[in-house]
Amino acid sequence: MRTLKFLLRKEFLQIFRDKLILRMIFALPVVQLILLPYAATYEMKNITLSVVDNDHSEYSRKLINNFTSSGYFKLVDYSKTYSDALDQVEKDKADLIVEIPEGFERDLIREDETKVLIAANAISGQTAGLAVAYANTIIRDYNIELRIQWIQQPRLNAIPVIDITSSNWFNPQMNYKMFIVPGVLALLVTLVGFLMSSLNIVKEKEIGTIEQLNVSPIKKYEFILSKLIPFWVLGLFVMTVGFFISFIVYGIYPAGSFWVGYLFAGIYLIALLGFGLLTSVYADTQQQAMFISYFFMLIFILLGGLFSPIENMPDWAQYLTYINPVSYFIEAMRMLVLKGSSFWDLRYHFLIVIVFAIVFNGLAIFKYKKTV
Amino acid sequence: MNAIEVNNITKTYSTKKNTITAVDDVSFSVSEGELFGLIGPDGSGKTSIFRILTTVLLADKGTAKVMNLDVVKNYTSIRNIIGYMPGRFSLYQDLTVEENLNFFATIFNTTIQENYDLVADIYKQLEPFKTRRAGKLSGGMKQKLALSCALIHKPKILFLDEPTTGVDPVSRKEFWEMLKRLKAQGISILVSTPYMDEANLCDRIALIQTGKILEIDIPQNIVNRFDKNLYAVKSKSMFNLLNDLRAYSKTESCFAFGQYHHLVLNEEHPDMNELKSYLKDHTELEITQIKPNIEDRFMQLMRK
Repeated sequence: MRTLKFLLRKEFLQIFRDKLILRMIFALPVVQLILLPYAATYEMKNITLSVVDNDHSEYSRKLINNFTSSGYFKLVDYSKTYSDALDQVEKDKADLIVEIPEGFERDLIREDETKVLIAANAISGQTAGLAVAYANTIIRDYNIELRIQWIQQPRLNAIPVIDITSSNWFNPQMNYKMFIVPGVLALLVTLVGFLMSSLNIVKEKEIGTIEQLNVSPIKKYEFILSKLIPFWVLGLFVMTVGFFISFIVYGIYPAGSFWVGYLFAGIYLIALLGFGLLTSVYADTQQQAMFISYFFMLIFILLGGLFSPIENMPDWAQYLTYINPVSYFIEAMRMLVLKGSSFWDLRYHFLIVIVFAIVFNGLAIFKYKKTV
Repeated sequence: MNAIEVNNITKTYSTKKNTITAVDDVSFSVSEGELFGLIGPDGSGKTSIFRILTTVLLADKGTAKVMNLDVVKNYTSIRNIIGYMPGRFSLYQDLTVEENLNFFATIFNTTIQENYDLVADIYKQLEPFKTRRAGKLSGGMKQKLALSCALIHKPKILFLDEPTTGVDPVSRKEFWEMLKRLKAQGISILVSTPYMDEANLCDRIALIQTGKILEIDIPQNIVNRFDKNLYAVKSKSMFNLLNDLRAYSKTESCFAFGQYHHLVLNEEHPDMNELKSYLKDHTELEITQIKPNIEDRFMQLMRK
């Protein structure tokens, strides 16, 4: 144990000496937490709109007004014909076309019924989907408005209407930042725990110092622990910095207990450090380790539900997320931060992460004994 | 008791295509307090022998003992009593001179102060730079620091794998003087080098080539076994001279050797006039009989 103390002292000395890494450890949470939530937003604003108004009536103008005053749409073009409008879409000037047919007002008054065409540019599926959804809402509201105007003094409840009001639990304003910030926190801890640990061990191989340590009385477990503990501490430290920033910048703090969060992150980091150790067994140079880490990180994060919800993924991808430790951490962080989940609510997450920790570390130590 | 005993060690490395025998049935022993040199070109298996003896590599066949401890069974005890300096500089470049030395002292459960007298000679030269990072030292200084780190726990045996490769001539000379002083303190030293001129500085040497030991003896005896006449030959056009000498009917061997070609003739009393007339086309011709050195003997052994 005395040796471990000296090994740890050396590790921290090296980490604190590396000014670039030290700066990165502070810059990473700050920049990621400030940039990502603002940039990766799902709320669509400024959807460009092209209108083909064949009616030029009071009613059609009112409908267009409703579009432009909603805040989501920006009217960029008035086309004479549908094909002119389509031209705008082809030139990427407009995302959505609204075509109002001739006799819109007349049909609406006489026959109580008319049609409006909306067409969306589906190059970006997400934009198109949202644009159509917004457009539908606007037209529906317009519809209701008209009804209220026309049905004056209803004697009876002539047209029964089911009014749906929805409420968004745990995130009442549907604030996208509330969704992304806990995810970014998870991403940060993952980055430090996985990438830095594997690179560090491989560095000893690369510069040959591991040769010197091998011929010394240092035991293998002491060496491994001396590599894992610093990054475990660093990971939790980065998470703390992350919590601070999300509180200061966004006012977001865990609705649940901090301790559950730290306990979960602590176990999660053990699992990830084991994975980093496993990587370092196979890699001989930092470049190789970097590539292996990058390969897994990218898959873990993109399939981890940070940006796109796991529920939206196809079945096969959803199965993949079961073996992705990052997805459990992101989910647990969201449950903890937004919902205030307790230890008991997160018990399955805890269990799974413990299994990950045992499997990764067991495999790494087994492999490590054989090869190094 | 011998400090090192190697019996019939064989080590092969296998790749998919072929198998390379790095160490081929090697046996030798080093007595206590001896400075023993493994002399051979690159790729002759020196480093593999070092790695087997320092317990980081397992041999395929044979046994080896360090201070009477088996390198396989008693590897933990061996690691406490040896000092190893690998061929390439492998200290922490981002730690200072003092931090490196301190780190290697502590992992052997000792302190710099405790064994300061052992490294004092070497470390004194480093002390003005003790707050400098190891990576920023000059080549010779790095070598001294590595030696200090290998010595700081007062090992009984020192393993130095090509310690002077890539070091300037002055530092090399200093380094060997340090080794002599360490030997005087009773430390057994196994050193490898590709430089034949350093072989003379060892008590005994083993000439090694492609994993096999060619000869083991004190340097003087090895030189004495060179039983042929040796000539140093020089002329204005050295390249043509080498070709001409090799084509000469009485030549046994001829090698380029610095400024001269070393020529061995296959007669006991060669006729020098005949050789001179053979080489009459060469201007500024110089032929002198010289004493052989270890490299000449090495070349002779290699041809057998």
